[in-house]
Amino acid sequence: MKEITVRYFAMFRENAGLSVETLQSDAVTAADVFKATVSRHGSTEPLGHCKVAINDVMASWDSPISDGDVVLLFPPVAGG
Amino acid sequence: MISISSSAIDPEALRARLIDPAAGAYCSFEGWVRNRNEGEDVVRLEYEVYEPLAISEGRKLLAEAGVRFPHLHAHCVHRAGLLEIGDCAVWVGVTSPHRDEAFQACRYIIDALKIRLPIWKKEYYVSGDSGWVNCERCSAHAHSVA
Repeated sequence: MKEITVRYFAMFRENAGLSVETLQSDAVTAADVFKATVSRHGSTEPLGHCKVAINDVMASWDSPISDGDVVLLFPPVAGG
Repeated sequence: MISISSSAIDPEALRARLIDPAAGAYCSFEGWVRNRNEGEDVVRLEYEVYEPLAISEGRKLLAEAGVRFPHLHAHCVHRAGLLEIGDCAVWVGVTSPHRDEAFQACRYIIDALKIRLPIWKKEYYVSGDSGWVNCERCSAHAHSVA
């Protein structure tokens, strides 16, 4: 098991009722973190509309997750 | 250069920073807060920005624009926080030797900015409801500019 920190933004933060949490996880990839989040907090957003960053660097959903990582889950963006 | 601002954008001051004797063309885009979206009357907007990555992604985007359009100078500013109807939410300004590149680069930057930067928009409606904008059109457009 790894200890990871997950940060939520915008609608993900409102759905989860929190902006950050630290958890024990067996996630192998960033997509695993997303799926675990969906089952824990509920979300109807498909993964393909969302983005992920790891340790403040934009990442892909198949990026590996390591112990101590900070995973940032971004719902669909809407700047401008 | 890209920046995130929690106060009003001043397009004239930003334009002045781009003045360059080598530039034959200047093109800018201002995104304004409008009072209606998807059939709802909107009273204000709130932008949430994850600034560390908005800045780093914005810098990457401008560097990419500089490769596509040589001799380009570009600057953009995006607002954060609560905005009222008519406020300028985003400003993009570019200069280049010729107008074609200036028009194209300005369009490229605003389109990419909307789909790449970690910025979220919450609308507040006359009805009292509010909602996060899920920019499906931006998602669709992402496929055509990627």
